[in-house]
Amino acid sequence: MVLLPCPHCGPRDAAEFGYVGERAARPDPGAATPQQWRGYLYLRRNPAGWADELWLHRAGCGRYLAMSRHTVTGDIRAVRDAATGGAD
Amino acid sequence: MRLDGQPGEVIHRGTPLTFTWNGRPYPAFAGDTIGSALAAAGERVFSRSLKYHRPRGLLTADGNDPGCLVQVDGEPNVRGAHRRVSAGMAVTAQGVWPSLRFDLKALNRLAGPALSTGFYYKTFIRPRRLWPYYERVLRRFSPGGRVPSPSSPAGRYEHRYAHPDVLVAGGGPAGMAAALAAAEAGARVMLVDDQPALGGHLRWGGPDGLAALAQLRAAVAAAGGIEVLTDSVVTGQYEGGLVAVVQHGLPGLTERLVKARPRQLVAAAGLIERPYVIAGNDLPGVMLSTAVRRLINLYAVRPGARAVVFTANDDGTAAAADLARAGVDVRRVVDARDGGDIVRVRGRGGVRAVECGDGSVVRCDLLVTAVGWTAPTGLLTMTGGRAAYRAGAARFVPTELPDGVLATGGLVGDGTLAELIGHGRAVGQAAARRAGRTAPASPVPDLVPAPHPELFAGRTNGFVDFTEDVSTKDLAAAVAEGYDSIELVKRYTTATMGPTQGKLEAVNTIAVVAAATGRGIPETGTTTARPPYAPVSLGALAGRNYQPVRRSPMHDWHVAHGATPLVAGAWIRPDHYGDPAGEVRAVRQGVGIIDVTPLGKFELRGPHIPDLLELLYVNRWRKLAVGAVRYGVMCTEDGVVFDDGVTGRLGEHRYLLTATSSGAEAVGEWLERWLQTERAHWRVHVVPMTDAYASINVAGPRSRELVRRLTTGIDLSPEAFPYMRVRLGEVAGVPDCVVWRIGFTGELSYELHVPAGNGLRVWEALLATGVDLGVRPFGVEAQRILRLEKGHLVVGQDTDGLTQAYSAGLDWAIKMDKDDFVGKPELAWQRVRDGQVVLVGLQPADPELVPPESSQLVEGDRRIVGRITSSRFSPTLDRSIALGFVAPDLAEPGTVVTMLLPDGRRLPARVMPQLAHVDPEGKRLHG
Repeated sequence: MVLLPCPHCGPRDAAEFGYVGERAARPDPGAATPQQWRGYLYLRRNPAGWADELWLHRAGCGRYLAMSRHTVTGDIRAVRDAATGGAD
Repeated sequence: MRLDGQPGEVIHRGTPLTFTWNGRPYPAFAGDTIGSALAAAGERVFSRSLKYHRPRGLLTADGNDPGCLVQVDGEPNVRGAHRRVSAGMAVTAQGVWPSLRFDLKALNRLAGPALSTGFYYKTFIRPRRLWPYYERVLRRFSPGGRVPSPSSPAGRYEHRYAHPDVLVAGGGPAGMAAALAAAEAGARVMLVDDQPALGGHLRWGGPDGLAALAQLRAAVAAAGGIEVLTDSVVTGQYEGGLVAVVQHGLPGLTERLVKARPRQLVAAAGLIERPYVIAGNDLPGVMLSTAVRRLINLYAVRPGARAVVFTANDDGTAAAADLARAGVDVRRVVDARDGGDIVRVRGRGGVRAVECGDGSVVRCDLLVTAVGWTAPTGLLTMTGGRAAYRAGAARFVPTELPDGVLATGGLVGDGTLAELIGHGRAVGQAAARRAGRTAPASPVPDLVPAPHPELFAGRTNGFVDFTEDVSTKDLAAAVAEGYDSIELVKRYTTATMGPTQGKLEAVNTIAVVAAATGRGIPETGTTTARPPYAPVSLGALAGRNYQPVRRSPMHDWHVAHGATPLVAGAWIRPDHYGDPAGEVRAVRQGVGIIDVTPLGKFELRGPHIPDLLELLYVNRWRKLAVGAVRYGVMCTEDGVVFDDGVTGRLGEHRYLLTATSSGAEAVGEWLERWLQTERAHWRVHVVPMTDAYASINVAGPRSRELVRRLTTGIDLSPEAFPYMRVRLGEVAGVPDCVVWRIGFTGELSYELHVPAGNGLRVWEALLATGVDLGVRPFGVEAQRILRLEKGHLVVGQDTDGLTQAYSAGLDWAIKMDKDDFVGKPELAWQRVRDGQVVLVGLQPADPELVPPESSQLVEGDRRIVGRITSSRFSPTLDRSIALGFVAPDLAEPGTVVTMLLPDGRRLPARVMPQLAHVDPEGKRLHG
């Protein structure tokens, strides 16, 4: 019921998108301890506030999008194609 | 009784029609509502009330009428005073037995004490074992209509999206003026009204109003950029400014849900008249002033013969004038502004007399009340606006509006027609400006609620909530029991929780609770308004079903040849053609063909494909030569088996990757995820090809013979085309086919990927060409048996969401010497962890017994040591076979484990030396 901004398609109904999850950096698989690796697998910040999220515009351009979204208000302050890199 | 022509009537006397009410034919005119047509025919009782089964008639004569819910053909709970009647419509009263007139359930009145306040929470609870019995009886007493049977024709519903600049909710004078002003500023406007025509109270408010209405309607019709939605209602505003509009009365469509995202919402819902709470106020023949004015002026119906009018405002006086003009004998007008009051309505089944405050009793069949207005602020407060009580005006008015919302008209205050229009215009301009258009910034004039006496409930016990049968006494009892918060009183008594959702009764409820607690109305506060503002059908919310069904190009052939369909995700597949065991034998002894089109297929192009495959699969890919095929296993980062399939290298930088049928979509997203996020610099292009190829697996010792007859340009000799190789060529005259030799069934087999348009041609050619070889089609069930005989696992069947790759017998595929692959760290830790379950082949001691899948393996009474993941009767071995997980200490071949069947039996099964039950050496596969 919410519009999300897609950098390729413009504002689109949220139903077109899939929520992948909070973005998490992948540790070096050769050096990670079980604790580090499981933090990457399971532990998310789940903030009541700004979250760095990964979304998929499934019914649109099919691109993965990096979004900075406020989990309380639903505001989105930044969105980019995940492939274009950025300040992570 | 029908009156002579009225100046503003909406009935079309030239179009008479007939409908039925409880089985009997009734006359009506096009334009009538069900309620007006029945009233014109002299009917007064339309329903029986919820708890006491009291007779109820017209009260408001509009969409909020509480006593007017009826069944129309298969549709329950239709608002009878709102729905237009049509020819042949079959209308029946709801929840009455044996008939509306002699409703036995009215005996409930004698059982009144049992249905007292909060009876939902007090009665029928104990003893608990009797609840199913109570439920059956209670259901017969509930007032809802009959839900249409699943076989009855479904209505047609759809959704529409709209992006107007300004959406005006309410098409009265202020709403029309707002729409016009916004449109003049260039805004695209959607103007919504729940009646079949614009106008609001001007439609029934007398001759002056009609002249102004004609002008406003003409202006709206002439203005560009106003889309008018009549017979439509704004049911709510939601997050992100979404406004839901349910549109009714469209040709060929039952209802349409419009999901509108206006940049500005203008609420212009007008006012709703309030009933007066005294004894007998629910008798048929008690009506609001607006009800009789609608009946007379819109539908030319005389609402009664002899009337008493109780009024506290000019609208009651105007109603008295309308009644007199319609030939109703107005016996007395009791004016509250002069200290007049009424105490009680007498009658059984209908109004017989009214007791006035001065002790006099006036005989009549109609009591008309005009005691005040409710501003429907729900649309504003449901998105964060606020409303406050104005004692001098005896109503709640909006005080704070949510972002993106403006209000005009009666919702805000009262005024002359010119003042309402002036306010509407200024608000319309403001809305257009906020929507980014250029409009004059004229100040919004004040629109102040007019003074009105506070008149809610009289001295006697009357109904506050008509749909829920909640009376003054019930509310007082709830307060006496300690429920002093209005929200708690609401839930305990269910007042305002019926179909009208408080629009009619909320303020009276608050006033009665305020009186009972001794607090004022402002301290008592309001209940929370939530969507929907008006009833919405489930069909409208669901909309049209766009769930796609996927069929292979050979689907019609399967149907024509007796295939039993299997629903597999979105696909319809042939489960078998009548004899799965026979199909298995055909494959083992001769040759069979199966339609495997749903197999997920992706064509990969680009220089970094080996890098991608090395990363996403646990196996090794770098040395895969052009023309070779390899089986691969994918895990997620937790080491859990995610998907499997074969991938063939078709060219230097061209691969065909396959995924399981059920996992195809997820694998496609997985490939893209890694390519777009973690490895965005890799050059790999992924093209989904599942639907582009029809896929046919040709399996059996004679499959080479069959395929050879149809292929050109491919050497099928075992030396030139060994196991796990791929060739490109022509099959049955169809170019650009991919042919690879794999062995899911455990037999010599070739999988053909044919451009989809030619799938049926190749399928039929295989069957026609192979008659002498005994070729026959086989379905999914035979394939499941064949692969189980061979011990090939099915991801999701023989693995679950916790199965890491070392538990699935895939040790041979996992290449821990690779630098990295998805899930590698977890698999490294799994490999050295004790106690990991293992997938093994199992054979029950009783060869006839096929243990149900998911049967547990147990040790004694207390320990679960595994479970059966797949089981079938093997036609090849003539015995039952299975795959299952066992604890590592039981994985040794020859170990006897105990199966616990769902029926409680405990039976032995033996652990096999390997997963394959048939041809463990793979001779057939490599033949």
